[in-house]
Amino acid sequence: MDFSLILAAGIATGTVLLFAAVGEIFAERAGVLNLGVEGMMLIGAVAGFSTAVSTGNAWLGLVLAMLAGGLISLLHAVMTIHFRADQVVSGLALTFLGSGLARVLGEGLSNAGATALLPTLTIPILSEIPVAGPILFRNQSVLVYVGYLLVPIAWFWINRTRPGLHLRAVGESPAAADAQGIGVYRLRYMYVLVGGLLAGLAGATITLATSPGWFSEQTTNGRGWIAVGLVIFAQWSPIRAAIGAYLFGAISRVILDIQGVPAILGVTNPFQAGRSATFFLEMLPYLLVILVVLLGSREAARRRIGAPAALGTPYVRGERGV
Amino acid sequence: MTIRLEPRVDVPRWLSPLTTVAAIALALVLSGLIIAIVGGDPVRSYLHILNAAFGSVGVLSDTLVKATPLLLTGLSCALAFRMRLWNIGAEGQFLLGAWGASAVVLAPLLPQGTPGIVVIPAMMLAGAAAGAAWGLIPGILRAILGVNEIITTLMLNYVALFWVQFWVFGPWSEGGFQQTEKFPPEAWLPRLSDFASSVPAFGGLTVHLGLLFGIVAAGIAWVALERSRWGYEIRLIGDSPAAARYAGIDLKRNIIIVFAVSGALAGLAGMSEVSGVVQRLQDRISPGYGFTAIIIAYLARFDPLKVIVASVLFGALILAGREIQPSGVPAMIQGVILFSLILAEVFVRYRVRFERRAVAA
Repeated sequence: MDFSLILAAGIATGTVLLFAAVGEIFAERAGVLNLGVEGMMLIGAVAGFSTAVSTGNAWLGLVLAMLAGGLISLLHAVMTIHFRADQVVSGLALTFLGSGLARVLGEGLSNAGATALLPTLTIPILSEIPVAGPILFRNQSVLVYVGYLLVPIAWFWINRTRPGLHLRAVGESPAAADAQGIGVYRLRYMYVLVGGLLAGLAGATITLATSPGWFSEQTTNGRGWIAVGLVIFAQWSPIRAAIGAYLFGAISRVILDIQGVPAILGVTNPFQAGRSATFFLEMLPYLLVILVVLLGSREAARRRIGAPAALGTPYVRGERGV
Repeated sequence: MTIRLEPRVDVPRWLSPLTTVAAIALALVLSGLIIAIVGGDPVRSYLHILNAAFGSVGVLSDTLVKATPLLLTGLSCALAFRMRLWNIGAEGQFLLGAWGASAVVLAPLLPQGTPGIVVIPAMMLAGAAAGAAWGLIPGILRAILGVNEIITTLMLNYVALFWVQFWVFGPWSEGGFQQTEKFPPEAWLPRLSDFASSVPAFGGLTVHLGLLFGIVAAGIAWVALERSRWGYEIRLIGDSPAAARYAGIDLKRNIIIVFAVSGALAGLAGMSEVSGVVQRLQDRISPGYGFTAIIIAYLARFDPLKVIVASVLFGALILAGREIQPSGVPAMIQGVILFSLILAEVFVRYRVRFERRAVAA
């Protein structure tokens, strides 16, 4: 096994989780928990793929995927922000609706065969850096580079800009933010939408870049939920989310690649594809999510930091709240 | 124009059922629209569902067979949700229950030739225990370490799926297929058709004893929730955790108990499915019963008796929906129903007023 190739592929796979997790961080920082990530990703995945198949234009697919994810996220926004619905239930409903709708729209797409994909790029000088260069900057999908840019931008936006300050205020203390003249509802709508756009992008990253094709709900296979778990592990920080996402990407690549090897150091590989022990290997990412969420919760408790204070609660002007 | 929501002080008794019916009607209209947009015929789809689910005694029996696992998993969710514990893991607990029950026959935990009167209760016990154990993991993590149960229960669903796949593909595989050998007849739950020799009308009816488990469980759950001291504690925690804490109710203990019972109910559903329907363990044994259960619990407003009615409705949708094209339609309708129910809830809790944006007073 060429380790740098595995890591490079892991970065690409991790980019999917990265987009979804950063999107969820924006929504949650504004105080809106959106458990619909899995559904929004599937909608984005199917919208992007079917557009690329029918028009042959992957870029158009990417744009429509983001719009589709954003559009469906607004349903959650209306329900939770204006109608004060329970955010957990509304998010679950979004996942049900999104996966059902994606299956309806994706009918027949599984046999669509090859389609136009987003291009890959090699960055001239950076890819020559020893060890890291080939992993990070050689033959990566253009979306991987978008991911590299998104992380510092998201961090800077949240922590170092005035709009970011408003975002945090709305999530921590909407009443105080409102008193300052910040439009709580408007910002919450905006960041739920950002979450939806990024989840749609995450879905399209799968179908148009990392593993092209439409495999119904298997396309995401719970990665939307893994992203939600990563947000807890990341303590609502885009940088930690990126570390988690790339780590998970690498692990899932290793899991895939181990199955292709007949023997490791002369010992028969019990996890070779077709052997029943592979199922334990497949469990690993999901068990790891439980572990990292556990670690994240412990750390949050110890450092007395944690979720945005108003996360999960609707804001009603004039009512006592957080 | 702005929308104002004013909390209702007292909710009229008729309002809640009315909005539920209205929500279902709305969901059917919206789903019909989507079916029409993607090129289907909504009226024909709905007539097909009605006919294929309730059109004759035979299909009604099949509907009840589909409703059985939904009833038990629906109770599992209703109980947890009543306490505002988000157990999204009924699917995984169902699978573990199916696996545990199968282990009694396949491991085997009981010697071959043990009579059904022993095997069936042992399978029930093993299924419920395996489901409870699977529920206890997120329960204990939540109660003692404060770990978010939504994520853990969801992740454990995937783990459970691979766990069952390992057994049906590996140690228990029948000739390399992703299924085990068929259980011996002692391990089958009795069906109505088994009594066709004495009651000819029962011929061909597939309803099995699991339905009775579900109805009895619903009755017990209703009494426990509505008429017992423990049920009062659960409801108080659900309505106001702070008040419950002041009243000296042990939150951690109740979280663990509810997760165990919730898991046991879903596990029993898994047992009833392998023993009453499939008569073997196989991959893809559940078409998402544990997820539909979430919507059922919500539709029933966490009332165990109403879960019975709701599970029959969704049993019909799942049974008849199998033949509807495109294949995602039933799942989509479920999502639309849940959204409509949330919207209905708004009208129950608040008086909704539409106002012209008034000049500031």
